Amino acid sequence: METIYRIIETLLPFSWAQYDFMKNALLAILVLTPLFGLLGTLIVSNRMAFFSDALGHSTLTGIGIGVLLGIADAGLAMAVFGVCFALLLNWIRRRNSISNDTVISVFSSLSTAAGLMILSKGGEFSKYSGLLVGDVLSITPGEILLLLGILVAAAVFWCLCFNQLHAISISAELARSRGIRTGWYENVLAVLLALIVMCSIKWVGILLINALLILPAASARNLASNEREYHLFSLLISVFSGVSGLIFSFYNDVAAGPTIVVVAAMFFFATLAVKPRVK
Amino acid sequence: MRKKEKKKGREVSKSESRRAVKRFGRKGKSCGFHCIKIKHIGVRIGTEEILKDVNLHIHCGNLTAVIGRNGAGKSTLLKAILGELPHEGEIVFTDLRTVGWSQEEAVQEANRLEDTGRERIEQPEKIEGLRIGYVPQSLSIDKNTPISVYDLLAGYVSRRPVFLWKSKRTEEEIREQLSIFEAEGLMEKAVCDLSGGELQRVLLALATMPPPHLLVLDEPAAGIDQKGIAALYEILNRIKEEYDMAVLLVSHDLEYVKKYADRVVLLDKTVLIQGTAKTVFESEAYQQVFGRG
Repeated sequence: METIYRIIETLLPFSWAQYDFMKNALLAILVLTPLFGLLGTLIVSNRMAFFSDALGHSTLTGIGIGVLLGIADAGLAMAVFGVCFALLLNWIRRRNSISNDTVISVFSSLSTAAGLMILSKGGEFSKYSGLLVGDVLSITPGEILLLLGILVAAAVFWCLCFNQLHAISISAELARSRGIRTGWYENVLAVLLALIVMCSIKWVGILLINALLILPAASARNLASNEREYHLFSLLISVFSGVSGLIFSFYNDVAAGPTIVVVAAMFFFATLAVKPRVK
Repeated sequence: MRKKEKKKGREVSKSESRRAVKRFGRKGKSCGFHCIKIKHIGVRIGTEEILKDVNLHIHCGNLTAVIGRNGAGKSTLLKAILGELPHEGEIVFTDLRTVGWSQEEAVQEANRLEDTGRERIEQPEKIEGLRIGYVPQSLSIDKNTPISVYDLLAGYVSRRPVFLWKSKRTEEEIREQLSIFEAEGLMEKAVCDLSGGELQRVLLALATMPPPHLLVLDEPAAGIDQKGIAALYEILNRIKEEYDMAVLLVSHDLEYVKKYADRVVLLDKTVLIQGTAKTVFESEAYQQVFGRG
């Protein structure tokens, strides 16, 4: 880790890069933002924005269940609950004729309310309020490594399953007629998404995670005309928003997560403005 | 669910055998020696009976058009064939290429038949999965979706993830396939920006890559102008002959059905009448459904 720190200090001779917590935060951003940029492309294409938002909110219940059962590792409780939540949500969406928005909204509201109910017992919710906006500055090198592992796993999954998920996003009926097991792939994507949301929520925050997933991909769609451009622009916008938001937050003494979201949102409006000229 | 059936001891006539021998050598094309039988298909949604005892025999190299009033169950029949809806009955597919004959064996068998002068042979029949090419009416993608025609096709025919750099070979294959449908100029165009006619040609290119045994089209002419409809039927007519493919389509364009369909099926929950366009269009059942004129 010391070697990496020295490289950062050499390459970035700025005052913000002299602090270890900022170096850790920078590394975490360099891992998290490509991950979000990648996932966001399919989330937006598959119209899963509301789904990923509901997953973010469900972390409250995950932690609550962990507290109730006395599980020391809140991350494990969140991950298990998140996966169950995503699979159950998918199952109900497929089996019922109720619109997706309604089903997801019911799940999202229930999981937020149940989580708040459990965590507010005895007036102790303030202990968990940090989860709402996250704190990337408190990340440790071990946790960065864990996120790096998740990024590698997600990249491998993307290489193996992207074509099938891409086909499903265009037409599930057409995909099924070509032998693609749509339900299976949708479930795997939902589980991956649940695990990534649960593992990164502590650093990004419940209120902001969906913005980081959606905004880079939504901006990239305004510029791209094929999948290669879509992925490239989404990754670049995600990483650039992350790094510039982090630096901006340091000099202005504001929280890093919200600043990154504001930068990403500015990108969205900028791309929206130039869209008629490039597409 | 589609059911597969294994039968033994089916008899194959000498003329059928000769025809098969001729076609075994046609690389990349359907054998021309298959048939698809739809037996006693019935579909219920809740308590409502949508289809009842539908029986069809779809021949290769033929264009079969399903016509009927709105709500007659035409699209439901296609969904049942595609396996999208649970249904009663079965779909039986016979493909004699899969009985294990090599081209050499097939030629020997034909010669033997010629020498012995036998008219019929006992031939075990093996059923393999029916490969269906499906052309939906439209796609559920939003405007502004960054998916090019290349991405759409490459996502299905190539193992390389489409977000990575293009494969030259796949690009060439796709260009060649699109050119059959006069759509090679659309390769870099975004799918969401295609007109109705362009989208149908691209979807046809996808559905026939590789050539299926049965090509299914759900109201392909919906949202296309008259010129586009004529071009589409011309293309269908050409590929069914070139690929010796069975084509099944649902259509409201009775004029084009009359001109291009080899067989017409008049459906209203069940098959009212089927046969040549002339037989069906002059039938009493047709007059009852569509009126005179």
